[in-house]
Amino acid sequence: MSKKAIVLYLHVHQPYRIRHYTIFDTANSHDYFDAPIGDRRSNESIVHKVAEKSYIPTNNKLIELLERHPEFKISMSITGTVLDQLQQWSPATLHSFQRLVATGRVEIVAETYHHSLAFFYSLAEFEMQVQMHREKVQELFGQTPQVFRNTELSYNNDLAYWADRAGYKGILAEGWDPVLGWRSPNFVYRPTYTNNIRLLMKNYKLSDDIAFRFSDQNWSEWPLTADKFANWLNDTPEATNFNLFMDYETFGEHQWGDSGIFGFLEHLPSEWLKNPENTFMTVSEAIDSFDARDHVDTPQTTTWADTERDLSAWLGNPMQHEAINALYDLQTPIIKSGDLALIDDWRKLQTSDHFYYMCTKWFSDGDIHAYFSPYETPYEAYTNFLNAYHDLKFRLTEKGIEV
Amino acid sequence: MKVLMLGWELPPHNSGGLGVACYHLCKSLSKKGVDIEFILPYTAEHNIDFMKITAAQPKDVIEVIKSGIAYDSYKYIHTDGSEEWVDIYGQQLAYEHAVDQIVEETEFDVIHAHDWLTFRAGLRAKHKSNKPLVLHVHSIESDRAGGDTGNPLVREIEYLSMLLADRIIAVSAHTKYAIIREYGIPAENIEVVHNSIDQTSLEELDADNAYRYLALMKQHGYRVVVNIGRLTIQKGLPNLLRAAREVVLRAPKTLFLIVGSGEQERELLQLAAELGIGKNVIFAGFQRGKNWRDAYAIGDLFVMPSISEPFGLTPLEAIGYGTPSLISKQSGVAEVLTNCLKVDYWDVDEMANQITAVVTSDALRDELHRNSLKEYERLTWDHSADKLVDLYNRHVREVVV
Repeated sequence: MSKKAIVLYLHVHQPYRIRHYTIFDTANSHDYFDAPIGDRRSNESIVHKVAEKSYIPTNNKLIELLERHPEFKISMSITGTVLDQLQQWSPATLHSFQRLVATGRVEIVAETYHHSLAFFYSLAEFEMQVQMHREKVQELFGQTPQVFRNTELSYNNDLAYWADRAGYKGILAEGWDPVLGWRSPNFVYRPTYTNNIRLLMKNYKLSDDIAFRFSDQNWSEWPLTADKFANWLNDTPEATNFNLFMDYETFGEHQWGDSGIFGFLEHLPSEWLKNPENTFMTVSEAIDSFDARDHVDTPQTTTWADTERDLSAWLGNPMQHEAINALYDLQTPIIKSGDLALIDDWRKLQTSDHFYYMCTKWFSDGDIHAYFSPYETPYEAYTNFLNAYHDLKFRLTEKGIEV
Repeated sequence: MKVLMLGWELPPHNSGGLGVACYHLCKSLSKKGVDIEFILPYTAEHNIDFMKITAAQPKDVIEVIKSGIAYDSYKYIHTDGSEEWVDIYGQQLAYEHAVDQIVEETEFDVIHAHDWLTFRAGLRAKHKSNKPLVLHVHSIESDRAGGDTGNPLVREIEYLSMLLADRIIAVSAHTKYAIIREYGIPAENIEVVHNSIDQTSLEELDADNAYRYLALMKQHGYRVVVNIGRLTIQKGLPNLLRAAREVVLRAPKTLFLIVGSGEQERELLQLAAELGIGKNVIFAGFQRGKNWRDAYAIGDLFVMPSISEPFGLTPLEAIGYGTPSLISKQSGVAEVLTNCLKVDYWDVDEMANQITAVVTSDALRDELHRNSLKEYERLTWDHSADKLVDLYNRHVREVVV
């Protein structure tokens, strides 16, 4: 009988935000992602800020914990777009991630290089981005990922089927109640219509206690301490694995350092490991250690976002559909062009964040602070994006390629 | 609570937003039990039952006929049948004297005066009755002068009245800061009461749009950008035309419909021609009723490029008639409307950028409108009236004490 495990999985990502790119830039300059330093959309400035507030201190803390507790393990995914930005602007931060992975107790999870929604638009492009990401991870970290997660933890039966065929041993999804039904997220499952692959579903209640509610002083459980949290888990009798999935930026960025989040992280392993029946596992270890309790059928697409847990934050309004359809309509001519810079720009525009910035469902209520965006309005985000799209078309046309 | 309300115009004899704002404000106030006597500078029929309307006219005059827009002259018909034309200053003085008479014969608790044309009358009424004077600022001279100094006589009236008033109401924070900047009035004397819109005041559209040519061109892939307003320096239209040139270069199937009249009309016609977009800009002149409503409705985007717009009702009317808006950041309405496009009035390139985005993307147009309509439907004059009732009560109490 295996010990009970915390499966802590952290997701690292930064998009290439589009600068204020107007119709006057279209057909004149192709530097969509080069906002001046200090601008709210400057990717370089943001990378420096996030590295300083979150990546560096979190890596240092995790390395320290891995050295102190032989049973402590984590899993993480890190997108190609953030790796590229770190390589270019903050090699020291990249190195710090490499040192973390070099401990041998950090498993890297597969995903698309560009944090895109390509699976829902072009299987060929999706597979290319997964392959690019695999190669990047092999090159920088010397690992070949065994478990897959799709952008924003989007998931459905088709994706599970694809991942099974592609040879992954596991896949990650949201532990959303309408999908789980009477089941608990604290076990390993098998996706319906597959044989080999296993499914790990996020315990959103416990994960969000850390990722979203940690610093909320109106929350009845505030302040959350590591021993209180460990006790909740110890008091859960029916469970093999607690899947705590969250953004890496939870530590120091979404929850600021002065909220005590690093103290929580520091004490979580020691509090949890006080009980000799407890341990930590990476996603692969959990899959290897526990049998599937049941199969889970997910005909609809789920994600880890919002109360709806669907794609509506990215594909919920006509602007978002127009923008993403226009972009994928360019696939054939873009690939045909063989122009690597052009293809790279096209792929950077596929990052899901661009469509998220166009979301109006909160903005229309006037609650503009409810979402992260470097733009004043979703309409501005859309306008910048389409102007960049027009420039892609201009570049294709200039090369004599019919669009 | 009885209010002596001093105004310059009321619909349907209004030239612009001032009359509309006064009408709806008074309607909401009367619902809250405020008894209003509204003093106008002319004689006319109004279909208004929620307040008493009195024409302020000199003793020997039986009728004052308003000729056109607010700043035109008035025709006085005397008891002996003779006629006299009076200019805006003469009319203002006549109004002041007539109000002076009315004050002697009327009971009231508060004087509430709207814009500089009534401010002298307001001061006279305050002096005579010792009742509190509330000045309601819908615009100041620097707004109307497009950021310039404007008329020094008008400035003098605004400045002195604001110094002497018991309370100043600004229709936006934008106007409040303009008052502080132009006249150095202490901020704590000025209260912001935003204008709003009464959705029921918008009449139904019918199936046939009056702009048949534009309707047909839209079927052929053209998109229409609309502006409605006076063709005057304050409204910033030369910048819209300069932006239009950039838009047409990139989206040639774009037409601009300019509705209104004013002293800039010839200048704007000439500018459109100089810019080489004469074929794309349609000047429709001053319109009322169906032609006015249909202008909003035919648009894919309404643009209000004003240099300084104390509030700006037209973008809200546009939304009500189905068209989203691009508004200048130098406007009061920008303080109450989130789901619209906003631009600095001087930023011609950005204006062109945003217009181009809308005329080349129906998805953007529709999403903007869908969300702005939700905001529009939540707007009400009720909150504005509540603020005013509260303010009246405070000042009446102070006087009693």
